[in-house]
Amino acid sequence: MATKQDKISFKKDAFGKNASKLPEFENHKQQTQKNTTCYMCACRCGIKVTLENNKIRYIQGEPTHPVNKGVLCAKGNAGIMKQISPARLRQPMMRKPGAERGTSEFVPISWDEALDMLTERLQKIRETDPKKLAFFTGRDQMQALTGLWAQQFGTINWAAHGGFCSVNMAAAGLYTTGFSFWEFGDPDWDKTKYFMLWGVAEDHASNPMKMGINKLKERGGKFVAINPVRTGYQAVADEWVPIKPGTDAMLALSLVHVLLKNELFDWEFLVRYTNAHYLVVDTPRKKGDGLFLRNNEGVPQSWDLEKECLVNATDPKIKPALLGKYKAADGTPLKTVFTIMTERYLSDEYTPENASKICGVSAEQIEKIALELAHVAFKESIEVETEWTDWTGRKHDKFIGRPVSMHAMRGISAHSNGFQACRAIHFLQVLLGSVDCPGGHLAKPPYPKHVAPPIKPGKKVVPGQPLESFPLGFPTEPEDLAIDDEGNPLRIDKAYSWEAPIANHGLMHMAITNAVAGDPYEIDTMIFFMANMAWNSTMNTTKMRENLCAKNEDGEYKIPFLVVCDAFDSETVGYADLVIPDTTYLERYDTISILDRPISEPHAVCDSIRAPILEPDRDVRPWQTVLVELASRLKFPAFTSDNGERKFKDYKDFIINYEKSPGVGFLAGWRGENGENSLKGKPNPKQWEKYIENKCFFEYKLADNHKYFRGANKDYLEFAKKSGFNASSEPIIIELYSEKLQKFKLAGMGLYDGPQPKKERDQFRLSRFFDPIPEYYIPLEHRCTFSKAFPFYAITQRPMFMYHSWDSQNAWLRQLQAHNYMHMNKDKGEELGIKDLSWVWVESNTGKIKVQVKLMEGCQSDTLWTWNAIGKQKGKWGLSDDANESTKGFLMNHLINEHLPCADTGSPVTNSDPITGQAAWYDLKVNVYPAADDEQFGVYPNFEAAKNLPGRPETKDVLRYNTKKPVRLSRSLIDILTKGGFEK
Amino acid sequence: MRLGLVVDLDKCVGCNACAIACKQWNTSGTSGSLTDYRPYGADPSGVFFNRIRHYETGNYPDSKTVHFPMSCMHCEEAACVTVCPTGASYKREEDGIVLVDPEKCMGCNYCAWACPYGARELDREEGIMKKCTLCVDRIYDENLPKEERKPACVMTCPTTARYFGDFDDPNSDVSIASSKRDGQELFPELGYKPVNQYLSPRKKVEIKQHEISEPDLVRKVKDWVNKVVEL
Repeated sequence: MATKQDKISFKKDAFGKNASKLPEFENHKQQTQKNTTCYMCACRCGIKVTLENNKIRYIQGEPTHPVNKGVLCAKGNAGIMKQISPARLRQPMMRKPGAERGTSEFVPISWDEALDMLTERLQKIRETDPKKLAFFTGRDQMQALTGLWAQQFGTINWAAHGGFCSVNMAAAGLYTTGFSFWEFGDPDWDKTKYFMLWGVAEDHASNPMKMGINKLKERGGKFVAINPVRTGYQAVADEWVPIKPGTDAMLALSLVHVLLKNELFDWEFLVRYTNAHYLVVDTPRKKGDGLFLRNNEGVPQSWDLEKECLVNATDPKIKPALLGKYKAADGTPLKTVFTIMTERYLSDEYTPENASKICGVSAEQIEKIALELAHVAFKESIEVETEWTDWTGRKHDKFIGRPVSMHAMRGISAHSNGFQACRAIHFLQVLLGSVDCPGGHLAKPPYPKHVAPPIKPGKKVVPGQPLESFPLGFPTEPEDLAIDDEGNPLRIDKAYSWEAPIANHGLMHMAITNAVAGDPYEIDTMIFFMANMAWNSTMNTTKMRENLCAKNEDGEYKIPFLVVCDAFDSETVGYADLVIPDTTYLERYDTISILDRPISEPHAVCDSIRAPILEPDRDVRPWQTVLVELASRLKFPAFTSDNGERKFKDYKDFIINYEKSPGVGFLAGWRGENGENSLKGKPNPKQWEKYIENKCFFEYKLADNHKYFRGANKDYLEFAKKSGFNASSEPIIIELYSEKLQKFKLAGMGLYDGPQPKKERDQFRLSRFFDPIPEYYIPLEHRCTFSKAFPFYAITQRPMFMYHSWDSQNAWLRQLQAHNYMHMNKDKGEELGIKDLSWVWVESNTGKIKVQVKLMEGCQSDTLWTWNAIGKQKGKWGLSDDANESTKGFLMNHLINEHLPCADTGSPVTNSDPITGQAAWYDLKVNVYPAADDEQFGVYPNFEAAKNLPGRPETKDVLRYNTKKPVRLSRSLIDILTKGGFEK
Repeated sequence: MRLGLVVDLDKCVGCNACAIACKQWNTSGTSGSLTDYRPYGADPSGVFFNRIRHYETGNYPDSKTVHFPMSCMHCEEAACVTVCPTGASYKREEDGIVLVDPEKCMGCNYCAWACPYGARELDREEGIMKKCTLCVDRIYDENLPKEERKPACVMTCPTTARYFGDFDDPNSDVSIASSKRDGQELFPELGYKPVNQYLSPRKKVEIKQHEISEPDLVRKVKDWVNKVVEL
C-alpha cells in the first residue's frame, strides 16, 4: 500500500498522524462570526454565521443552542441563497397611478411618503371606526408585538396565520391538558420508549423531531407513524399505519376502547390529575344537562367512596368514585365523567372492527398497538428518583413515568373534525398516564396553563381607544363570543361567532371573502404581513385573486386599500396598493419571546433574539421597526410617554424597555437594572448586549423537582406564578370532560341561560359538534360530497427542505424540487389506466386542475397527495417565465373552497372546523382521470406572467457563489510519477 | 489512515440537510465555486457533491421508503483514479481521500464514466471535474474548534445518520458504528473497495403486548366496581 514519500514536509495532524502539509484554506483573519436565530422555518434554531468580505461564508447550527444543539436542516443551510434572492423587495412602492390592482405595476416611493400615507389613512380609521382596519399576519414570529399593536390601535380584526395552520392542535391541548404539541410540548426524547407520530409529514418541528427520532432509535424504542403517505419521517418508522385522511379520531378512540375494555389505564392518574371523577348532571334535553354538579360556591362535586356522600371534587384527600351513577340531594340524576366515557367508548361504534371499516386500518393492528402501548406504559414504566410535592402537600420520593409519547400536527388538525381528533389523542395519553411524566409527553414552559388560559377575546371597539384586551383569547362560554345583540359576528373573519366559537387564532382564510362580501361589514384597509393570500395561503386561489380586484358599482375597490408587507416578491405583493419592504432574517432585530410562540425546551425556559448580521443593501426596513414607528406616530398609549412624546426609539429599544406587566417584558433573560434577574425583573439597559454575549439566546434550566407533573406539582406551580407564566398557583386540572364545550352545546339546543344562536344552521352545528368528550364524526365536506363522484381524498404535505412558498426563490433548494407531482397509489393508478408521469385531471366540487402524476407504493389507496406551495405564478419570486414552478408546478388550493359545498346550510358557511374555525384544507374530496393525448403537457389553470418589479436585478444563467478565491490543493509531481498509493 | 463516512439508512429521513450543507461549505471552499445553471430558470441544476436518492421497496401496504445519500466512496481501488489520463485524479496516500487536482484536470469525463456511484460532478463553467473532498479544507483546520473538524454533512445531520472518521482506527466513530451494525459497502462485487459504509435499516422493533385478563372493565362498569384512590 505504501509508496515512496515525496519530500514535502509532514506534521502531526488532527488525528495524531503524519499528514502532508496543507495550504491554509481558510483565512480566518478576514472572517468574523456572529450568532442569530434562523428564520428559514418556524423551528427558530440557533445559528452561527461566518462572514467573509461582507458576504456569508457559512451558516451552521449553534452547538450550545437549546433547540438544535448544533444541527441544521437543508433550509437553514441554504440561508445564503435566501439572502441573495432576486425576489427580495428593494424599496417601498405604490400601485402605479392608473394601473389596475393585481397587475404588479408599481412606482417606487420614499419611506417618508409611504409612512405618511399610511399614518394619515390609519389615523382617520382609528378616530372613526378602528375595526375598519383588518390586520392579518402570516409567518409572523412576533405575534406579541403585532397583537399588541392591533390592540393599541383598537381593532378586533387582527389574527395571525394559526387559523389556517394548526389551531386545532393548539386549542385541543389548551382546552384539555393545558399544553399541546410542538411549541407547547414535546415527547420526552431522552426517555420515551414508544413514539406515535400522528399526521406529520416532514415538518413541525423540523430539527427537534429529527434529533428526537435519533435518540429514540439509539435507545431501541419503537416508532409508529400514522400517515396516509410514507415519505420523510414515516420512512424510518418501525410501523407505518396508512390511515384514511380525516379518520384519526376514530383510530385514537378505538385504541381508547381497547384500553378501557381491558382496564388498561392509569386509575390513580385519572383520579388525581383529571376531572374524570366529577359528577355530571344527567337530565337529557333539559336545562343544566351535562353541566357539573356544583355546590353553592360553584365548586364541582364528586362522590366520596368512604364517606358515601357528595364532596368538593377539588378538595385534597377525598376518595372519589371514578365510576357510577348517583343522585344529588334534590334527586337530580348524576354520573361521573368516566362513566360517560365508558358508555361512549366501550360502545360498538369504537370497536376495532368498526374502526377498521372507517380508518382502513385492520382491527388486529388496532388491538395490537393498544396492547403495546399498555405494555410499555405499565410494564416498562420508569422512575426518576427526585423528591417532589404535589398540590395537596403529599410528598413523593420519585416521579413515575409511562414512557409512551405522541406528537400530532397538521394532518390531524387540518380537518373539520381535527379539534376532537386532537383531543382524542390527548385522551389516549391521559388514560395511559403519559402526560408530563418521565418518558411521556412533556410540557414546555410557560406551559402548562390553566384550562383554558384566562384571556378573553377583546370585542369592544371604541374610536381612538385601545381594545380592553388582546384581540384573541379563549372563550369558555357563549357570553365570551364576539357577537352583537342580534348574534351577528363582530369580527370580519367571524371568529368567536356561532360559526366558529373557539376560534383562538382567528380565521385569516375568510378575511378576504368576508371583506369583499361586506359580510358582516365593509372595511377600509387591509394589511397583510408575510402571508401569501393571493396564492398558496388561501383556499380557492383563482376566486380569491378576483376578489382582491373586485369593485363596487362606483368603481372603487371593495377592499379600498391593501397594504402588503413582505421581504420578497410573492404573488400577493402584486395586489398591493402600498408595498412595505421588509428585511431578510439576517438583517433584522427580533425576539422569540415566551409571551408569544416560545422556543422553550421541556426542562428549560428559553427565548432568543435576532441580531442583524448584515446591513441591508436595499432601501428596506424590518416590519417590526415600522410598526413601532407607526405606533409612535399614531400615539398609541403603550408607545407614548405621559408628556406625549414617543416612548421607544425603535424596535430594539422597545424590546428592552417595554413591560407587559411590572417586571415582565419580551425577553426573560438578564432582567433587572444590572441583569441580575431571570424571567422577571426591571428592564436592563444592557440586556441586548448580554444576549449577544450569550450567542443570542437565554436558557433557564428548571430545578429537578420542577420537571414533571407540573399541573399538580406544588413547587413548579408556585414558580410558574412567580415567573408570571400563570396567574394562580392552583393545580391545573386536565379536562377530559369539557363543560366549556357543553355550554355551547346547550346554547345550540336552546337550553342555555345566556346567548343562544338564532339560525337553525348554527343551532345544528353547536348541538351536533360541541361534544364535551371527543367523538369521531365524518368531516364536514365529506358529509356533503357525493363520494361516488369524488372518491379520493386529496391532501398536501410539506417537504423537509422548503417552508411554504418561500423556497422556490432559493437557487439551491429549488434544485431539489422545482415542480411537484400529484402522487397516488400505484395499483390504484394502474387500475384507472393512469400511467406514471402522465398528465391527469383532478376535479373537486370547486374546480379542476391538470397536473402530472407520479405513482408510488407508499400511499394509501384512496388518497392523492402533493407537496405544498411549490407551484408559482409566472414572473413572481424572482423566477423566469419558463421556470418549472409555473410550467409544471401546481397548487391544490384551486380545488378547495373556503365555503362548504353543502346546499342545506342556508347562507354560506366556512369550510373549517365548526369548533375552532381551523381551515379544513385536508377535507378535500376529488376525482382523477387521464388527460387526453393532446393535453399531455402543462398545468391548468395558468395565470398571466406578472410584470417585473422596479429595480429587479437581471438574473444570469450561471450562478457562481463564493466569498473568496479558492485556495486549491495540488497533486505533487512525484505522486503522479509513482501513481499515488496504487502500486502494490 | 482510511478516512471515510458511515451513513445510517435506518435514521436518514431524506431531509437533504447534508446535501445543502455540503454545497454551502464547498462553494466557498477549495473546490469553489460549485456552479449552478439556470438558478432561477427552467430545469435548474448545479454541482452537488452529495445527493439523496429515494427508493421504495416492497408493495403497498408493506412498502418501505429508503432515503439513500450518495457521495464519493473514496474507494481503495478507485477506478476514477485509474482511468484519469492526466493524473489529476488521485487518492491521498496519507488519508485515502480521493481528490482532483484542478490544475491538471482537463474535464474529459473519463472518471465520471468509470465511477459506478455517480460521485463525480463536472463544473462546465470551469471545465473541470469536482467531487467530495471529505471537507479536506475543514478536517485539518486547527483554527476550527476540534469538534468542528468534520465534514459539513456530518456536522449538520439532524438525525446523526452520518459519521466521519478513520476506518483504520478501531476506536473511531466510523469503526464502532460499522462493527456494531454490520456496515455494508455499496456494490462490493465491483471490486473498487469503497471506504464509505452504509448501515441497513434495522429490523422492526418488536414490543410485547400487554396481557389481557378477565374480568375486564365492561363487567366493572356494569357493577360499578370502584377502586379507592385518594386525591
